[in-house]
Amino acid sequence: MTELYDWVRLIPLFPFLAFAIILLFTQRNQKLSTYLAWAGIGITWLLGWTIVFRAIGDKHVLEEGFRAPIFSIPTGRGLLELGFQVDALTTAMLFMVPFVCLMIFIYSKGYMHGDPRYSRFFAYISLFATGMLGLIVSDNLLLLYIFWEVMGLCSYLLIGFWYEKPSAMKAGLKAFITTRIGDVIMFLGMLLLYSVTGTLSFHEIFSEETLHFLKETTVWLPLVGTVSVAPVIAVLLFGGAVGKSAQFPLHVWLPDAMEGPTPVSALIHAATMVSAGVYLVARMFPIFALLPETASMSVVAFIGGFTALLAATIALAQDDIKRVLAYSTISQLGYMIAALGVGAYVAATFHLITHAFFKALLFLGSGSVIHGAGTQDMMEMGGLRKKMPITFWTFVAGMLALAGVPPFAGFWSKDEILAHAFEEFMHKGVMSWPFFVWLVLSLGALLTAFYMARQVFLTFYGEPRSHHMHAHESPKVMTYPLIALAVFAVFLGFVGVPEEFPVLGPLFGHNLFHHIVGHQYPATPLNWGVMGLSVLLALTGLFLGWLVYGRNPLKEGQPDPMTKLGPVYTLLRNKYYIDEFYSKFIVRPAVALATLLFRFDNSWVIDPFVNLVGKIGVWLSDLGRIFDLNIIDGIVNGVAAVTAWFGKILRLTQTGKAQNYLLVAILTVLLLLGLYLYLPM
Amino acid sequence: MVPLSWFLVLGAALFCIGVYGVLSRRNAIGILMGVELILNAVNINLIAFWRYRTPDHLTGLVFAVFVMAIAAAEAAVGLALIIAIYRTRNTVIVEDVDLLKM
Repeated sequence: MTELYDWVRLIPLFPFLAFAIILLFTQRNQKLSTYLAWAGIGITWLLGWTIVFRAIGDKHVLEEGFRAPIFSIPTGRGLLELGFQVDALTTAMLFMVPFVCLMIFIYSKGYMHGDPRYSRFFAYISLFATGMLGLIVSDNLLLLYIFWEVMGLCSYLLIGFWYEKPSAMKAGLKAFITTRIGDVIMFLGMLLLYSVTGTLSFHEIFSEETLHFLKETTVWLPLVGTVSVAPVIAVLLFGGAVGKSAQFPLHVWLPDAMEGPTPVSALIHAATMVSAGVYLVARMFPIFALLPETASMSVVAFIGGFTALLAATIALAQDDIKRVLAYSTISQLGYMIAALGVGAYVAATFHLITHAFFKALLFLGSGSVIHGAGTQDMMEMGGLRKKMPITFWTFVAGMLALAGVPPFAGFWSKDEILAHAFEEFMHKGVMSWPFFVWLVLSLGALLTAFYMARQVFLTFYGEPRSHHMHAHESPKVMTYPLIALAVFAVFLGFVGVPEEFPVLGPLFGHNLFHHIVGHQYPATPLNWGVMGLSVLLALTGLFLGWLVYGRNPLKEGQPDPMTKLGPVYTLLRNKYYIDEFYSKFIVRPAVALATLLFRFDNSWVIDPFVNLVGKIGVWLSDLGRIFDLNIIDGIVNGVAAVTAWFGKILRLTQTGKAQNYLLVAILTVLLLLGLYLYLPM
Repeated sequence: MVPLSWFLVLGAALFCIGVYGVLSRRNAIGILMGVELILNAVNINLIAFWRYRTPDHLTGLVFAVFVMAIAAAEAAVGLALIIAIYRTRNTVIVEDVDLLKM
C-alpha cells in the first residue's frame, strides 16, 4: 500500500489549478472563485491528512522517507532528479499547512467581502498555498528553492494587494527586496553544496557517504582561509532562512508586511511562509549539526536568540494590534531558530507547528477585531469583550498559548526548547551558546506574556477609547475558523508532552510528536525546574500585564503607562531605529551609488561616448551625402545633361514643316543621283 | 516630227515647277496643285516614251490612266483633309498645322 504516498505528487496541484482557473476564467464571478479556492485547498487538505495519518503509523516512511520522483534534468554531472517526498518532517508540516490554509481561506470570504479585487485575492492565496505545499513536499533543494520563490512572489503581491495605498506598495517592495538579499545568499549556499557534492537531493545529501565527504572537505575563503565546507554551506543557506523567517538583521520587512489584508498576515506572515525559513534550517539540520563546534550552530543560535529578545522588546511598545503580533512572530521564529542552534531539532519543529496554529488564530482574531472595530490602533479600542465574545475567547486561547501557560499548546513546545537549551548549557557550562539562548529565551518568555497581556487588556477590557467605535461580532464564516484554530491552540500541545510527565505523558502516546519527527534524536528529559521557571515567568508576565493594564483599564486620552519608561519607550517604539539605520547607512548609500552610476552612465562617460559615436556617424554620413550629391548625382545628371544637349541639337531638324522634310528628301535624292552619275563604279 | 527630247524637257520642266510649288507654297491647296503638276509631268513622260518607244503595247497608256485615277483620288482625299483642317483650325497654311511637333 505504498501507492497512497504516490498521491503526494498531487498535493500542490489542486491549489495551483484553483489559482489558474480563477485567474483565467472566473475572475468576474466572486462566489465561484471562492468555492474554487476552497475546493483546491480542501481537496489538498483531505489528501494531506490522509497521508499524514497513514505516515504516522508507518515507521518505514518516518525513518527512511518515501520518494515520488517526477522528472529529472540531465546535467553535465549526471541527472538532477526532482520530485516530492513524504518523510517525518514533511508529515509534521503537512499536518499544519493545509489545515491552517483552509481555515484562512474560509475566513477570507468574510474578511475580504466587498473588496474590488476579491477574486484575485483568492487566486493569489491559492498560488501561495501551492508554493508552501510544494516547499514542504519537495525532495530536493532546487525544487524547494523554486517554491520558496513562488512564495516570495505571492508575498509581494499580497502585501501590496491594496496597492492604492503608497505604504502598502512600499511595504511589498521592501519585503521583496529584503527577502531577496537572503535568497541570494541561500542560492550561493545551494551552488556551493552542489559544486561540492554534485547533488541537491535531500536523501543523497544526508546519506552517510555524502555527510562524511562534507565533513572531510575544506574550502578556501578569502579573508578567512581554509575552512570546512559544511559550516560555510550551512551559514549561506541560513541566510535564506534569515530573510524568509524575518530574523535579525533582515527582520524589518515583516512588520511592514502588515499593510496587507489580515488573512494574508495570518497566512503568510505568521503561520506558514515565515516558518519556511525555520523549515529550511530544520530540513538541512544534518549539515548544520555536522560540525557542531564550528560557526554554523553558534551563528544560528546567536541570531535566533538575539532576534527573539529584540523583537519581544519592540513588541512591548507598539500600538498597532497587528504590529504587536508581527514582532511577536519575529520573536517566536527567533525561538525556533535559536532552538535549532542549540540542537533542539524536535522542539523547534514542535514549536513551529504549534506556533503556526495559535499565531494564525491570533492574527485572524485581530483581523476580526479590526473588521468589527474599524481601526488597528489598540489605543482606540477597549471593551470589545462583550461585543465580540467569540473573538475574545478564541483570542484569549491564542494569547495563553503564546504566553506559554499550561496546558496550552505553546507551553509544551516553548518549554521543550528551554529544557533542551538548559540541558545543553549544563553540559557545556556558562560560557556557551546554550546558556545565552536559555537566558534570552527565558527573558523573552516573560516579555511575551507581558505584551500579550497588554494587548488583550487594551483591546478587550475597559471602555472604548474612541467615540466612533461601533464594534460588532464578525460573521460566522470568520468566527468558525477561529474556533477551529482555538481548539488546536488549546489541545495540540498534548502530542508533544514529555514522556515522563505524570498522567499526561502516557495518556498521549509517550511524546507522540517526538516519535514522529525525532526518531534519530534522543528526547529531551523532563526538567521540573525549567518547567516551573517557565510557568512562573509566563504567569509573572501576565500578572504584570494585569497590574499595568488590567487593574485600571486605560481611559480615553490617558497615555500608555509604558511611556513612563521615557527614553527606553521611545527607543522601543521606534524599533531601535533599525529602519532609520538601514535607510541611512544602507538604502541611502545604495541610492547614492545608483545615482553616481546613473551620472556615470548618463552624463559623464557612457552617454557622452555613445553621443560621440553618434556624432562621428553623423559626420561620416555627411561625407557620404556630399559624395553622393556631387559625384554620383553629378554622373547621373551629367549623362542626362549630355543626352538633353544632343536632343536639343537634333531637335532643330524636326521643324514640323512637311515641306522642309520634303526638301531634304529631294536634295538627298539629287545628291545620291549625282553620286551615282559621277562616282566611278 | 517633234523629237522625244522635247517632250522629256517639257516633262522635266513641269516636274521642277511642281516640286518648286510643293516646296515653296504655304497654302495647302497650292501644295496640292504642285503635286498634280508632278503627277502630270510623269504622265507626259509615260505617254511620250510609249509613243516613241513601244507604240505596239498599251502599257504606257494604261499606266497613264492609272496615274490620272490616282491623281484624282489623291486630290479628293487631299482636299477633304484640307477642308477638315480648315474647319477645326481655321487655316490652310501648313506651317500653322504643327500639332505633332508639340
